[in-house]
Amino acid sequence: MGDIYRVSGPESGFPLIMKVPRLGDKQSIEGLLAFETEVMILPSLSGPHFPRFVRAGDISDNPYLVLEWLDGRSLAGILEGGPMPCNEVARIGAGIADALQSLHLQDTIHFDLKPDNAILRPDGRICLIDFGLAHHARYPDLLAEERRFTAGSTPYVSPEQVLHTRSDPRSDLFALGVVLYEMATGELPFGIPESMAGLRDRLWFDPVPPRVRRAGIPPWLQEIVLRCLEPEAANRYQSAAHVSFDLRHPSQIMTTNRAFKLRRSGLLTQAGRWWRVRTRASVMHRFPRMFVSNAPVILAAVDTTHPDDERHPALRRVIGQALTLSAEFRLICVSVIRGGPGAESQSNGNAMASPQVDHLVRLRHWVEPLHLPPHRLSLHVLEAASPAGALVDFASQNHVDLIVIGAPDPDQQALAWWRSVASGVTANAQCSVHVVRVPRAARETH
Amino acid sequence: MTGDFGGAQLIIALLSDIHANVGALEACLAHARAHGAERFVFLGDFVGYGADPKSVVEIVEHYCAQGAVAVKGNHDEAVEKDASYMNESAKAAIAWAREMLNDPQQRFLAALPLCVRDNDMCFVHASADSPQRWNYVDSAGAARKSIEAARTTYSFCGHMHEQQLYFQTADGKMIPFRPIPGTWIPVRRHRRWLAIVGSVGQPSSGSSAAAYTIFDRSREQITFFRVPYDHLKAAARIRQAGLPESLAYRLEAGA
Repeated sequence: MGDIYRVSGPESGFPLIMKVPRLGDKQSIEGLLAFETEVMILPSLSGPHFPRFVRAGDISDNPYLVLEWLDGRSLAGILEGGPMPCNEVARIGAGIADALQSLHLQDTIHFDLKPDNAILRPDGRICLIDFGLAHHARYPDLLAEERRFTAGSTPYVSPEQVLHTRSDPRSDLFALGVVLYEMATGELPFGIPESMAGLRDRLWFDPVPPRVRRAGIPPWLQEIVLRCLEPEAANRYQSAAHVSFDLRHPSQIMTTNRAFKLRRSGLLTQAGRWWRVRTRASVMHRFPRMFVSNAPVILAAVDTTHPDDERHPALRRVIGQALTLSAEFRLICVSVIRGGPGAESQSNGNAMASPQVDHLVRLRHWVEPLHLPPHRLSLHVLEAASPAGALVDFASQNHVDLIVIGAPDPDQQALAWWRSVASGVTANAQCSVHVVRVPRAARETH
Repeated sequence: MTGDFGGAQLIIALLSDIHANVGALEACLAHARAHGAERFVFLGDFVGYGADPKSVVEIVEHYCAQGAVAVKGNHDEAVEKDASYMNESAKAAIAWAREMLNDPQQRFLAALPLCVRDNDMCFVHASADSPQRWNYVDSAGAARKSIEAARTTYSFCGHMHEQQLYFQTADGKMIPFRPIPGTWIPVRRHRRWLAIVGSVGQPSSGSSAAAYTIFDRSREQITFFRVPYDHLKAAARIRQAGLPESLAYRLEAGA
């Protein structure tokens, strides 16, 4: 719907492209609206996952948009080589989920996620481009009433988009599911629908399970893909951070029937969906970031080196309270033990050294009284020379919203080491930190 | 009334429905100046409901003497003409305003224009379509009638106390958007826009904070603001003046 030129300019200090919408053809109104939408939204986005905005011309007499040219390969180009190894699917998929998480936190929904719009940067990060169909909760939605406007790219659009709902960030997670499916199998889960009727199938059909298309796909990957592709948004992941976490920690995934499905849902299930789509009003928030904050990732930093410390019940109580605030939480329990440079163990590791297994066992024992469903929980033992740094890094890589950590009192000499961990985490974390202390009076009555 | 009334000045504060609430007005004016406002437009209803019509009209007159634009609202008209269509508490506040305002102030209100067009902007209290009828711009259809009568790129009005922004689509329809206070919104001039700027003196939407709007013409941006002020004092002034309790309660509840 437009032309793209490489351009150069003195001020920016980075390479540039210029997008110019093509005027006068039959798609010009759509093209202009998409152009206007991108010009409105792009300047408001920040961070490494989006091209930087430089300048735009007046839409009525000189429409152009200058933005950062991104060095990297488009995912569409990479996909020409056919299906990808599963670890690559997980790595790239997690990168896309990171970008979506950043976008949703900025109150924006992409609505046109597809391989052409994902650029793999040389540093491994993913950049999203083309915001012509995007929605920003703080700006008027110029496309909301344009019913004749295409909802998105037909192989990737979500059921909500087919129904013209433009306020649900979980639509992007559906598109991510299509992209993951395509990377893993080399095929599109719903083909390329050519009619509105074909597109409406999206409301109740589920795709052929990926493991049927390609035998080598592990159950955990099928679990993630099919959960993203649930026709009802409420059954999908509720936040991109959770997808990213699962793709990075496959061993922690609690698989369900989805992971082992070898055929599509029966007629009855499909009929049920068909009925629900017609009768159920979707739950909506005005701000995409509300979806994210309603699906918090909470990290409990547990000192398993001192299992009898009286801070443990207090820490557990605070965690229990924090978890009641949302049904869609994710709890990550982390124990940091002093050791080598940043090794991580997960609960399935068979070849794990025995002190680590020991700490995992203690961690599991610590969390047991909370009676949490396993799919909301994961356990990690980090071995690090700098525990505060390891916790902060782990939290930021996994989109943690809140770290809960216990801190000993000044008079607890034996625990001085943990006091410095708590202050280091509080000072350097990129998210909120809740420091749990047990007042001396309470300790003395123990 | 059409002409150049300082439209070249770029950052414009729009204040409406002040309703004799001098504390709210002063808070909004100070906030607007701190945000670089170079020009002030008052969209009517300077009196009614509140206890301080005299101080409010004095301030508006002072700003008008320095080049601000002011248009007439239905409560301002009721001072000179007839308040019989209003409810009892509104009528009581109009009677209070008549008592408080001196003759020159009443003449100032009576002489205000109903609608002012300045370059690509139209300022009016209610709808620009027959402004003397005080029709509410309370729907996309009403917004469309108003902008079609205004024939300008940007229309600004009050009368409705809740902030709202309408934009026009390619087929002429107006679409409502509920702005988020304090965030700027791009309003490019190739479309037509209508902003309901909110009420300074009798704000609504469950918040006691005063409402007004800043339009930055050169950047083509509009920002709706909510400004906290001592609303309990304003409510106390209403009780002191012996005006109906419901008017004081409304300020306290931000209803």
